[in-house]
Amino acid sequence: MKAKVVVRLKKEILDPQGQAVSNALHHLGMGKVAGVRIGKIIEMDIDTTDVHQAETIVQDACKKLLSNPVIEEFSYELSEEKK
Amino acid sequence: MKFAVIIFPGSNCDHDMYHALHKVLGEEVKFVWHGETSLDGYEVIVLPGGFSYGDYLRAGSIARFSPVMNEVIRHAEAGKPVLGICNGFQILTECGLLPGALLRNKNLRFVCKDVYISTENVNTIFTNQLNKGQILKIPIAHGEGNYFIDRADLQELEENGQIVFRYATAGGDLADSANPNGSVSNIAGIVNRQGNVLGMMPHPERAVELLLGSEDGRFIFNSLRN
Repeated sequence: MKAKVVVRLKKEILDPQGQAVSNALHHLGMGKVAGVRIGKIIEMDIDTTDVHQAETIVQDACKKLLSNPVIEEFSYELSEEKK
Repeated sequence: MKFAVIIFPGSNCDHDMYHALHKVLGEEVKFVWHGETSLDGYEVIVLPGGFSYGDYLRAGSIARFSPVMNEVIRHAEAGKPVLGICNGFQILTECGLLPGALLRNKNLRFVCKDVYISTENVNTIFTNQLNKGQILKIPIAHGEGNYFIDRADLQELEENGQIVFRYATAGGDLADSANPNGSVSNIAGIVNRQGNVLGMMPHPERAVELLLGSEDGRFIFNSLRN
């Protein structure tokens, strides 16, 4: 299975990086951009075809390493590996 | 006192710490590689500054899985002193020995300069040679030192006296303008509930000789030796 994990700063956490990018987009004339938040995408190959097993592994990885629950939240999608 | 300075791949303040503790203060110090699995015989464990594992993923997030960290946690849980400076502080929050987290500096810049910090709690093993409100001049050098903790946990820190140092002006004013990185409540250093684990962003090991601009870091090491 393939997993695509998205880790974001929690909504209440200030994202100065996103703000700087938003300012830069405004300088480029994209004044309609009302907000930018920056996160991370982590792609993993998981050596199983069992969705439940893959899910358990991904959740475990997100909680123990990929995200820090004090400041971040995560979401993920699982998909079949394309041959 | 016997100090262990842990070296992670990417630590870069390990030799500064060794110099301060051994050459300047005359203490017994050994470097301990992060792959070691014993810290027997050491009284104080120091996690030095640097960029362990290149700050990959989040600063300190991978170093916490180094084999030696199980021993650091055991040492801390036994009530013995653990001191984390800069990246060491980040590792201590990532491994759960200290609450909160360190975010990217609010102004996005890597800030390297002398700052002033106010001593908020003198009843710790790290600050017993200081007076309440005493101002120390100590350098910082970090890009991710913006201390964050949620409101409820901040209140708990306050109530337990766990906030040890706050960024201040030279005159002791806890002003926003003296906060170099956007930390909640100007927090520069905290201890755990038991008071034996200190994490701080400023580098006391770089402030032990007048030649380098300040000796104020000595107060912290002298408190430990007391």
